[in-house]
Amino acid sequence: MEYLNIIIIELYKITFVLIPVLVSVALVVWLDRRIWGAVQKRKGPNVVGPFGLLQTVADALKYIFKEIIIPASSNKVIFVLAPVVTMTLALVAWAVIPFDNELVLANINVGILYLFAVSSLGVYGIIMGGWASNSKYPFLGAIRSAAQMVSYEVSIGIIIINVLLCVGSLNLIDIVNAQKNLWFVVPLFPMFVVFFISALAETNRPPFDLPEAEAELVSGYQTEYSGMMYAMFWLGEYANILLMCAMGAILFLGGWLPPFDIFPFNSLPGPLWMILKILFLFFLFGLIKAIVPRYRYDQLMRLGWKILLPFSLFYVVLTASYLFYFDKLPIRTF
Amino acid sequence: MKISRFLKTIFLLEFVSGLLIATREMFRPKKTINYPYEKGSLSPRFRGEHALRRYPSGEERCIACKLCEAVCPAQAITIESTERDDGSRKTTRYDIDMLKCIYCGLCQESCPVEAIVQGPNFEFSTETREELYYNKEKLMDNGDRWEDVLAKNIRLDKPYR
Repeated sequence: MEYLNIIIIELYKITFVLIPVLVSVALVVWLDRRIWGAVQKRKGPNVVGPFGLLQTVADALKYIFKEIIIPASSNKVIFVLAPVVTMTLALVAWAVIPFDNELVLANINVGILYLFAVSSLGVYGIIMGGWASNSKYPFLGAIRSAAQMVSYEVSIGIIIINVLLCVGSLNLIDIVNAQKNLWFVVPLFPMFVVFFISALAETNRPPFDLPEAEAELVSGYQTEYSGMMYAMFWLGEYANILLMCAMGAILFLGGWLPPFDIFPFNSLPGPLWMILKILFLFFLFGLIKAIVPRYRYDQLMRLGWKILLPFSLFYVVLTASYLFYFDKLPIRTF
Repeated sequence: MKISRFLKTIFLLEFVSGLLIATREMFRPKKTINYPYEKGSLSPRFRGEHALRRYPSGEERCIACKLCEAVCPAQAITIESTERDDGSRKTTRYDIDMLKCIYCGLCQESCPVEAIVQGPNFEFSTETREELYYNKEKLMDNGDRWEDVLAKNIRLDKPYR
């Protein structure tokens, strides 16, 4: 009986995390299309519902009623599993994202490692989808995607080390509270830029959308997918983008903290600040999709391994030396 | 030269200016319209759906000279005619196969009495092919419905013909 109680309470909490996340994913897809349209001086979707807000719901309904085609030569179990894996991993990570000092589903003390691990696992959904399709374009797309995500995860990891050096804790709430006086975006600004670029590559967004480059690979690992399975890849992708924005907000933009702790700013509730910061980062994602042409594959690899990785490594040394020399290290174990 | 280029690359200057331009363009007036609710303007010379016109007296203009049938490059027009009781020659059949029609406007140009014209309507899609085989009744009906616009367009385009 006691176990049942715990399960019910946890399910209740999970529902209250998942539903807002899924709804905001739907809204963010709409926002993305509107921003893209606005930059190109189009109106964007504005017919379904007020301002076209329900466009994504209409699209999702359309996908549900479409036929799911499973290629005869595919590995059917893995083929069906791949979108499920992508979507699940994208949603699971939201468990540790704090929206306030209290407002978090699982306040684990290795939160940032958990986030990093789950977002790294995301590549499995894509590889499974691409390989199980047993077709040329999905396979090439999956290979590209795997190489790209692995490369950029390395630099994201090193950027996270930079932040952790300044905080001295892996807990996401501690990371945010350490930014009370100064957001990390100020002292670690170059790392914020590198993080942003890596986040673009990590979520396969333009200009790094090589895994699904239409002109070369039809649509990469999604080529053989249709109906609801395609929609799940798509929702998972946008959930991942939002997750990366939330990570950026927590690591660099001070999470739920207001920019200045004075009257007009600190009267807004914390979660609202968090949402505003996520939206700001997402707005940048949308703008960049509209203005930047796609990178060539060798340029992508060169940028990842030869520029971003050495630069972030150098910055780790710089941060560590600074903290050590001025005796500002948060934890001393020696 | 080299140093300025290096600085440009390091500080992502071109990228930032691109972002600024994109943000500025977002607030400029849009180039597109809400199509079914708003429509773009059409030239009086626009070649859309066909119509057969009447004289103000109500008499049909077409004299069955069959010039349009002869000139039609897609051979989409079929005309049969007969002599009426008052001695005038009129069509008994005037069919246009809108699926064959290439909307070149030669029928309108060849017509000596401005009977067959192409109006401004371009929204006449149908659910079956059969509905696009227009007969005389349909064309006369179009002419009656669009007469105001057709007359105005012909008047506006007259100086240039």
